[in-house]
Amino acid sequence: MKKTPLYEKHVSLGARMIEFGGWMMPLQYVGILQEHEAVRQRAGLFDVSHMGEIMIRGRGATEFLQQLITNDISGMREYRVLYSPMCYPDGGTVDDLLVYKFDSERYLLVVNAANIQKDLQWIESQRPHDVEVEDMSEQYAQLALQGPKSQEILQRIVDIPLDSVKFFRFADGVSIAGVSALLSRTGYTGEDGFEIYLPANRALKVWDAIMEVGAQYQIMPAGLGARDTLRLEAALPLYGHELSPDISPLEAGLDRFVKLDKADFIGREALVKQKEDGISRKLVGLEMIDKGIPRQGYEVQVEGRRVGYITSGSFSPTLKKNIALALVDVSYAAEGFHVDVLVRSKALKAEVVKIPFYAKQYKK
Amino acid sequence: MKVKVIENLKYSKEHEWVRVEGNRAVIGITDYAQDSLGDIVFVDLPEVGRNVKAGEAVAVVESVKAASDVYSPVSGTVVEVNAVLEASPELINQDPYENWILVLEMSDPGELDALMDAQSYERFCEEEEE
Repeated sequence: MKKTPLYEKHVSLGARMIEFGGWMMPLQYVGILQEHEAVRQRAGLFDVSHMGEIMIRGRGATEFLQQLITNDISGMREYRVLYSPMCYPDGGTVDDLLVYKFDSERYLLVVNAANIQKDLQWIESQRPHDVEVEDMSEQYAQLALQGPKSQEILQRIVDIPLDSVKFFRFADGVSIAGVSALLSRTGYTGEDGFEIYLPANRALKVWDAIMEVGAQYQIMPAGLGARDTLRLEAALPLYGHELSPDISPLEAGLDRFVKLDKADFIGREALVKQKEDGISRKLVGLEMIDKGIPRQGYEVQVEGRRVGYITSGSFSPTLKKNIALALVDVSYAAEGFHVDVLVRSKALKAEVVKIPFYAKQYKK
Repeated sequence: MKVKVIENLKYSKEHEWVRVEGNRAVIGITDYAQDSLGDIVFVDLPEVGRNVKAGEAVAVVESVKAASDVYSPVSGTVVEVNAVLEASPELINQDPYENWILVLEMSDPGELDALMDAQSYERFCEEEEE
């Protein structure tokens, strides 16, 4: 089991540690509800050093990435970040990732922890001769500072005006508490915030500096539990739940990140066919009408017949409702439609609702 | 962590407590259980009148992360449920020994002998932690 450079810090803060994607990670410190609220109202600091970082370099880097991912990087400017699924030829999803563009010959991919080895093998198998692939996951630690007070807090310890780092942009070589780091205005919570990539051996220094200046804003360390409820309210997909080798990005409702019009890419043919034929199932939001919490894997039914299943579900701390994402037969995917969720053999009523459940407040 | 244990209650290995009142068993979950679960956001209570056997799942306590069964430590008939928990499930986190979940009319009080007293349960929790 791998440990992040902040493992001892989490333990000393009294975190409950759990295994996630091959790493020992903090699930919660004081409690998921309080940490969730801190991020929505003020700020929360997450250790997300388990995320994978893969550097793509070389003369063919841009062309290679265009082949590899479903989104279009042809018009992408330097120091921009782009979200994209990465697919197999059959349209199933290898992973979903962030692309950081330094220049047309150097990109950083940020991938899911549990998929690092799989992604590396896949990327390596597709790699042309004029492209180098390097796994940087061990060298990088990653912190996510999320919440409406993030900028005010971070501004006090960085050497650049953060207003210049707009949504889905990044700056490299930024000094944060004296540590040189890469900083982007990105996140996985549905709030404004930053993700910070830095050398693993300097992570503790930056963590402590952020917590210190954040104290007057009642910043809280936040664990994977809150990260999951926050991303669910924002209806952001989690690989292994809303995306998998068996689920295409079109089924997951990620159409705007799948550019079927660009030149050929891996999975294009299958995805074009899905688009033309129409997908048979679709990711929807559900809000429980009856009392009960939907959980991953629970069956969704209409008139006693299975029409889909829950991919992620939870009590929503912000909305104080029980919500879920579910992959259902398109015939039942329209907003306002009533379905049943099978909770411990009881059919409980739920309604198909608009997603995201929680409206984002991003700083553009 | 230091778990809170109350004298004069009986405890199960699944971290339920029982307070005996005549032929009735008042049942809840322990401090250890509430702490392991984290923030409790839903309690699924049984129907009054239901017959349960010792070891059977009789209620469900759900935290943000997961659903967890509450196993009846003894056999009997559900005669009362704590409906306050439907609106305020977090009371279990606040005081797990005050905020009981259900009351059983016991069919075999002899089953109580198989449960732990406070000292044994405290040791049991320490071993679980290791």
